[in-house]
Amino acid sequence: MTAVTALATARRVTRRFGDFAAVEDVALEIGAGEVVGLLGANGAGKTTLIRMLLGLLAVSSGSVELFGGAPSRATRRRLGYVPQGLGVWSDLTVGENVRFFAAAFGADVRRAAMPAGLAEVWDQLAGEIGLGRRRQLAFACALAHAPELLVLDEPTSGVDPLARARLWDDVREHADRGTGVLVTTHYLEEAHQCDRLIIMAAGRVVARGTLAEVIGDTRTVRVRAASWQRAFDALSEAGLLVTLTGREIRVAASSVAQLAEILDAAGVPAELDEVPASLEETMSTLRD
Amino acid sequence: MTTFGVAGVDVEFGSRRALTDVSLEVPGGRVTAVVGGDGAGKSTLLRCLVGLIEPAVGTVRRPRKAQIGYMPSTSGTWRELSVRENIEFVAHAHGIAGAKLAARSGQLLDRAGLSGVSDRLAGQLSGGMRQKLGFCLAMLHDPELLVLDEPSTGVDAVSRVELWRLIAQAAAHGTAVVMATTYLDEGERAAYVLVLDRGRELVAGEPTAVLSAMDGSITQVARPGAPDWAWRRGGAFHEWRPVPAAGEASAISPDLEDLVIVQMLRREHERRAARR
Repeated sequence: MTAVTALATARRVTRRFGDFAAVEDVALEIGAGEVVGLLGANGAGKTTLIRMLLGLLAVSSGSVELFGGAPSRATRRRLGYVPQGLGVWSDLTVGENVRFFAAAFGADVRRAAMPAGLAEVWDQLAGEIGLGRRRQLAFACALAHAPELLVLDEPTSGVDPLARARLWDDVREHADRGTGVLVTTHYLEEAHQCDRLIIMAAGRVVARGTLAEVIGDTRTVRVRAASWQRAFDALSEAGLLVTLTGREIRVAASSVAQLAEILDAAGVPAELDEVPASLEETMSTLRD
Repeated sequence: MTTFGVAGVDVEFGSRRALTDVSLEVPGGRVTAVVGGDGAGKSTLLRCLVGLIEPAVGTVRRPRKAQIGYMPSTSGTWRELSVRENIEFVAHAHGIAGAKLAARSGQLLDRAGLSGVSDRLAGQLSGGMRQKLGFCLAMLHDPELLVLDEPSTGVDAVSRVELWRLIAQAAAHGTAVVMATTYLDEGERAAYVLVLDRGRELVAGEPTAVLSAMDGSITQVARPGAPDWAWRRGGAFHEWRPVPAAGEASAISPDLEDLVIVQMLRREHERRAARR
């Protein structure tokens, strides 16, 4: 990635609220046509970082550049943003919402060019059209002015799998045409939809790269035991990060030797082996 | 172990049908997952199971009320009470007090990692911690049937791992656990999964069994040949064909997400064909 194509850049960005550093020394770059996933626990600083990138919140130190300059009203026109709460006006109709956003961004929007699902409910209040269509409306409003950079905060929470796949179809189509995309999600399956990931914890970036790079050689121990309930119990009581898939137990951030000792002490025979960690398990071990 | 559940249930709200002919068994000792998007009927099914809604048609098997633990999607905590007060309030409702209360709440809060915040107001907990408190409240009286409505929605991935551990532990101790979720990977992790779409069963069974029983085949391709039967997974497309894969290198073994998308596409095509 070269500086020439960077749509958004954050350099050593820090944001403090009183003594609390919500974001600390974070660097970030989003290029044309790439989909960047911003992941991390609640309170890790993702939304604060996004708000600084959009120019909605001042940095305490460091710098943010959008399209090669400081965030401003002019750069805002080149951005599309779908916030977690969707950001559409519940007490305006679908048509009024579309016209309002189009006017604000100087876009030319026609009802005929809108998805069929929205045209059907054109004269209904946005607050009364159901969450699925409201999400469609929020995307239509954010995309109508053909933004160069699209920022999506938790775009798919509560969406069924087919609607989610279609939404990602749209996102990737925009990326294929050169739009840069920054997306946050708790749905780690969606990390597979991203070209690159940035993982934050406690205000800092703790990992970055492709999914394979982030997971790296992080390993998880797999435990198979006839009396899986007793094995599961003994390992959870030891305060370990234990997960259960069917009857297969996995323990992140541990070693075969450590688990063998705990299971021996509890008198539970089990087979142990190391396997590559999932992204979820990797993130659990990255938080400190 | 007792099996709870619903059989052939229809639920109607006025003229709107919320559930149509839904059946689900919830046996002790395993986690049963109900998966679907907003409006699929997950909450209605769980509310039917715990007795908050009566079905128009069908039967429900549930234990007596004192043996049901129910965590609503709003977590069921009182924001203006502290963690300790939340526990005490629910304990008194169940007639748990004294040494028994101290032992039970100590054990639950400890497992949930909430021992250090027992004086904090529930409204000041993070989303993940509040969901864990909701779980402790639902489990406090050690019910035979534990019903959790979207315990992990909005909870970050790290807290989700911890919440899932608590849920699995309850099942390991013999409790019949049923949880609603919008996350298919949670469904895949459960012992049994029911996927709902528009109030009807879309997929049901043990995750590995429903995947191996899937007909047709899925290939991973850069550009789909039949866009109507393809969907985006990462940079590539997955495409379903009604015929088995003939040993092509592009054939993949589908996950639950692929399977659910195929079934939803089929329903969509059926609906479209019926309209014509």
